[in-house]
Amino acid sequence: MNGLFQQDVNQETFILNLGPQHPATHGVLRVKLEMDGEYIVDAEPVLGYIHRMHEKMGENRTWAQFLPNCGRMDYLSALSYNHGYVAAVERAAGIEVPERAEYLRVITVELNRISSHLLWFGAFVLDLGGFTPLLYAFDDREQILDLLESVTGSRLTYCYFRFGGVYNDIDDSFITGTREFIKRLRKRMPMYDALVTKNIILIKRLKDIGPISKDMARRYGATGPVARGSGIDFDVRKHEPYSVYSEFDFDIPVYEEGDSMARYMVRMDEIEQSMRIIEQALDKLPEGEIQPKKAVKLVKPEKGDYYHAVEAARGSFGVRIVSDGTNSAYRLKLRSPTYSNLSLFGEASRGMLLPDALALMGSLDLVIPEIDR
Amino acid sequence: MSGYFKELISGTKSLFIGLGITGKYFFEPVVTMQYPMEHVEMTPRFRGHIELIPDEETGEPKCVVCGMCQKGCPSKCISLEGEKREGVKGKVLTKYILNFTTCSLCGQCVESCKFGAIRFSKDYNLAGPRKEDFIFDLIKRLKEKS
Repeated sequence: MNGLFQQDVNQETFILNLGPQHPATHGVLRVKLEMDGEYIVDAEPVLGYIHRMHEKMGENRTWAQFLPNCGRMDYLSALSYNHGYVAAVERAAGIEVPERAEYLRVITVELNRISSHLLWFGAFVLDLGGFTPLLYAFDDREQILDLLESVTGSRLTYCYFRFGGVYNDIDDSFITGTREFIKRLRKRMPMYDALVTKNIILIKRLKDIGPISKDMARRYGATGPVARGSGIDFDVRKHEPYSVYSEFDFDIPVYEEGDSMARYMVRMDEIEQSMRIIEQALDKLPEGEIQPKKAVKLVKPEKGDYYHAVEAARGSFGVRIVSDGTNSAYRLKLRSPTYSNLSLFGEASRGMLLPDALALMGSLDLVIPEIDR
Repeated sequence: MSGYFKELISGTKSLFIGLGITGKYFFEPVVTMQYPMEHVEMTPRFRGHIELIPDEETGEPKCVVCGMCQKGCPSKCISLEGEKREGVKGKVLTKYILNFTTCSLCGQCVESCKFGAIRFSKDYNLAGPRKEDFIFDLIKRLKEKS
């Protein structure tokens, strides 16, 4: 009768299910936690609760019919995903994009990035127990949604980019509205700083919590603010410039600490950098067409293997297309950033207190539909 | 030890600064829209569900039943039928059903229509208890509107 019932009391662990329905996971993510009291011994993310076969859908739909799917993967930065897919197909089919269309893409994508970071900011602080900043962040985010709605026609799951250009041109009211919004957000940033960033409770909850070393981030293939918070200076916009990003002057915020506070600071700094890009793009905005002169009617890329990566709000989003020369993909592989960013949670959370692990999870900025795809 | 007290003081101060900000916003005007009481105007480019555009002279739908919208739709939610009638050039639309339960409002149908026969409506107060409420007969809708 020994073994099973005669464990050492100090060695007794139990399994705790975090999710699939838990407010802190922001979606249907389940994390199987092996706990020793309040401490985590091991964590295993269980995925697949919202798997919708987007990759398989890409094989069965025509190139253009897959466009609305992009916005359904990462619903918070739908335009970045739109951009990644459209750019990959353009590379495969050799479609030229007019310069004005590229500028419009950059402006709308960066606006989308700010709105994504603002929502993350609100939801993250909500995870940590502060409710009010969420409402202020949503107030600002709502302005962006109004602006984007006036050009794209929808508020969240945008489907604005087309092969070779964009769907609609912008008007003067959008330009003045965007400039006013940037002025407004610049005024609001010190308020966020005083209300949240300098708040002692937030600092105590985030400083030195959930350290992710440079090496760990590399091993798991983390990208975006998670990698930049660990001191890895990598941003696709800067290191592999696509679209017209090489024409703008902006910085990549990098923090060496690797804790949750560093990831928080990276995103807050990125909002400012995105505003800089938008301002420059609006100043330089060229006149001209938004679609190629010879309209793209039928997309049929040559046989081959193509890849294009873009910097989405959560990291590097890559689209790999294997084309067999027909009007739909032979294989469509979507590399989503949060999948890699989540993978390191198991190792990073080992030995942490449960509330601290939730702070770490919040700082990874997870969007579950994008992990499962 | 002095660091501990320094942090205690600066930390407490930061809490009061935060309280001051929320206190200030408490007295500022409300920014939320009281939705059911207030009506929200949709922007000109708002993508609602599709609707048929009537011919200005006859009031009949402009559609020529080419079926491009049906073919372009990724979710296969459009079904339409037409018939040949004597004295009328081309086909006449007899049935245009939009299954809004599967529509993702991507707008491929509107883009693929070369005759300018469909557009996005501005309806957004769509809620219903039954699935059948979202199978729209667009010809019927057009007649009701005119």
